[in-house]
Amino acid sequence: MIKRESGRKVDELRPIEAKTGVIPRADGSAMFKIGNTTAYAAVYGPRELHPKFLQNPETGILRCSYNMIAFSGSGERVRPGGNRRSKEISLVTEKALLPVLDLSQYPNAVIDVFIELIETDAGTRCAGICAAALALADAGIPMKDLPAAISVGIIEDQIIVDIDANEDCDIGAVDVPVCVLPRTGEITLLQMDGITTLDLLKKVIDKAIVATKEVNKIQQEALKKRYQA
Amino acid sequence: MGELHIQPKDIVVPGQILATGMDYLPTYDTFRDGDHIIAARVGLVNVDGRLIKLIPLNGRYFPKQGDQVIGRVVDMNFSNWYVDINFANDAVLSSRDTAEFIDRGADLSKIFCHGDYIVAEIAKVTRGTVELNMRGPGFRKLGPGKIIKVNSTKVPRIIGKQGSMITLIKEKTGCKITVGQNGLVWVSGEPAAEIKAIHAINLIEQKAHLEGLTDEVTKFLGAPA
Repeated sequence: MIKRESGRKVDELRPIEAKTGVIPRADGSAMFKIGNTTAYAAVYGPRELHPKFLQNPETGILRCSYNMIAFSGSGERVRPGGNRRSKEISLVTEKALLPVLDLSQYPNAVIDVFIELIETDAGTRCAGICAAALALADAGIPMKDLPAAISVGIIEDQIIVDIDANEDCDIGAVDVPVCVLPRTGEITLLQMDGITTLDLLKKVIDKAIVATKEVNKIQQEALKKRYQA
Repeated sequence: MGELHIQPKDIVVPGQILATGMDYLPTYDTFRDGDHIIAARVGLVNVDGRLIKLIPLNGRYFPKQGDQVIGRVVDMNFSNWYVDINFANDAVLSSRDTAEFIDRGADLSKIFCHGDYIVAEIAKVTRGTVELNMRGPGFRKLGPGKIIKVNSTKVPRIIGKQGSMITLIKEKTGCKITVGQNGLVWVSGEPAAEIKAIHAINLIEQKAHLEGLTDEVTKFLGAPA
């Protein structure tokens, strides 16, 4: 049994905080904080899509943007502007969220999701997806489910839930971000960084499904809290 | 036998199971998946006989046939105006659908020009395209006054039961007020009264999901301005 430097149990999440309606000018917005990772998401739309050649007369489209703010890391300044990594994460975020949306009511329109990471300590794409899901619900866009994401790691053949940056830096560490639709248990995001066996990966996914249930509870509370007296 | 998982007036979130079994039927913003009825938006639920109804608490305006809306003329061509009604796509108002007859080839900008605010009715919604109609009482170009934007889900609360809330504000402030279902509100009157009316509407918007709103608004407005 490995001991986690943070003192957490192997399947213990970092403390989570979530809040909706944090950006008044946006149609919907949310903050999602897990440990030292903080994501803000703002949703604009459905609104007219420009440039026009991107418009789809059959359905609306979802456009996500993931950005790590310059001061967000713990070490060197993050060079501002997009890079290969942020482009990839924007794309997988979009694909993780799209299965719960039905945008056929909004032809030629776009829903813009901007995810800003102001503090990063691993698990940023998962925090971003959780925040974006809350922001979409806050924007009143019909959704089939509320996606929740968590990254599960493997260190020395031991599965640890909600891996942080310190653990992610271990030699041979495997990092598996998973996005789950909690009601049905469908998986909309599955990436893997590192090398492991199929058996272990299956166990990782099972652990992730359990962990996302916990994340989902906090998301639901955050949405309700705004309207409770 | 069907089973309800919620109490009436509960706040629900997307993905939440509202009822199980075929005894209940889904309505707007809820859907059926297998045996369950599930919420698709954040809102308050009500059970009306077999129907599960969801009143959304947030979100942008979605046009519905017969709605009275306030819009801004943003573009025009030989026979149509294009009106921004706070929706993803602009609505179309044909020159044949205005109250007065317009000659062929007449200069449409003499009637409604860019930037003019109009009150109109949603005549037809076919997917993304929205058509407007201005034949009927109350549909007109808006005169001087203030336009404010509120969340369209709060509009029923601003109007009140049979217009009770809006009548209250009109009487207490002496302003003329027109409310569009799309969340645009036109207020016209004495400058001080206008501001008071706008504050009252903002108050309603903030506390739309709470009870005892009429008393609070009455207290806020106080004696007639």
